[in-house]
Amino acid sequence: MLNSPDEEAPQPAGIVERLVRDDVDRKRFLKMAGSAGAASFGAFVLAACGSSSSSSKSASTAAATPTSTTASSATGDIGILNYALTLEYLETEFYSKVVSAGLFKGKVGSLIKTFGAQEASHVAALKAAVTKLGGMPAADPMGKFPITSATQVAELAYTVENLGASAYLGQAAKIQSPEVLASALAIHSVEARHAATLGTLVKKSVTPQGAFATPADMSTVLAAVKPFLS
Amino acid sequence: MTTDQDIASPELAACEVHGMTRSSFILRGALAAGAFYGTASVAPFVSQALAETGGGDVEILNFALTLEYLEADFYNVKGKSLGLSGEAKKYAKEFGAEEAAHVSALSAAIKQLGGKPVAKPTFVFPATSEKSFLALASVLENTGVGAYNGAAPSLQSKQVLASAGSIVQIEARHAAAIDLLIGKSPTPNEGFDKPLTQATVLGAVKPLIKA
Repeated sequence: MLNSPDEEAPQPAGIVERLVRDDVDRKRFLKMAGSAGAASFGAFVLAACGSSSSSSKSASTAAATPTSTTASSATGDIGILNYALTLEYLETEFYSKVVSAGLFKGKVGSLIKTFGAQEASHVAALKAAVTKLGGMPAADPMGKFPITSATQVAELAYTVENLGASAYLGQAAKIQSPEVLASALAIHSVEARHAATLGTLVKKSVTPQGAFATPADMSTVLAAVKPFLS
Repeated sequence: MTTDQDIASPELAACEVHGMTRSSFILRGALAAGAFYGTASVAPFVSQALAETGGGDVEILNFALTLEYLEADFYNVKGKSLGLSGEAKKYAKEFGAEEAAHVSALSAAIKQLGGKPVAKPTFVFPATSEKSFLALASVLENTGVGAYNGAAPSLQSKQVLASAGSIVQIEARHAAAIDLLIGKSPTPNEGFDKPLTQATVLGAVKPLIKA
């Protein structure tokens, strides 16, 4: 395990502030409940899935969702999306620093760059999703990471990606909106692909948890990433 | 509607979450009809299935179970018969055991919900070498990821959803490992995996189901 329950109490101040702010956003969003709130659900599908023509169908369906249900369900989702956004910021910064350090060449270097770009695309999609739902995207936590050697970085990347996959899995059943859930799942399996790829790089199992991946709850994950917050 | 063509351009199905209503979830019926009577007989069977069932988590789980039967057989039977070597052999053994665990878990879940697990179909895999085995493994695993991601938002039970998430993550890990081994991108859909509709998945796996 990443930490014991009694270690969960001290949280990184920045994260706590953001979660508190999210709560304010939640209340604000409840007040502005209306057709705009419902429409933002559909807009989120557009943001997350790109410009496929089938999105417009989804958007109009989503906009028809009863407003009261939409507003109350969106609030929890904003908190989850901002939590995911915080993790994606960290992953993006991590890969960016790894690429800058020039520790990897050739095929592995190319994969690292690709993964970094994919994490950045997750940041963009999650920011857009939070905004479309009427929330305020969490600020970039400006992570700090030890970058000493290729081996150390690969091990850390493997840990970070496995944690990210567990984090998404831990939230899946808590997401209210089917559209937000679909997008979270689309990201979740990509984090899993990254984790498996890094597993082959560090000669560790691609399925370290066996046949069933283990979810991690928010406090566990936030405690695990605390050392990487500046 | 989706066609078999979507498997080649899965982005077409990327946003069709709303097309995945529970009552339209007819894979089990379609599979059975296609297997026993040929694909021409599927349409009337599907109509009948739709009239008789409201769909639901049991249907989705049975759909997943069929895919897991297929993957388990692929690794554990076909994989063994081909005499694989090196990483391919190692992955087939590990992944085969994990797919078998998925079969057990899904069967148990279906029973818990009061449903009846579908019987294991007979499969035919067109793999004749390690190379064609791994190529098919890539298709099956990536299709599995899309199938779970596509079906999950239609699940009613949060518990079943959590279990499906726990399984799809493993399918994604399998897919990435296989793709790396054969020199393909471990992230074929870039940053966002594409959900697949049941019709698309059915189109992809139908040729592998003998009876």
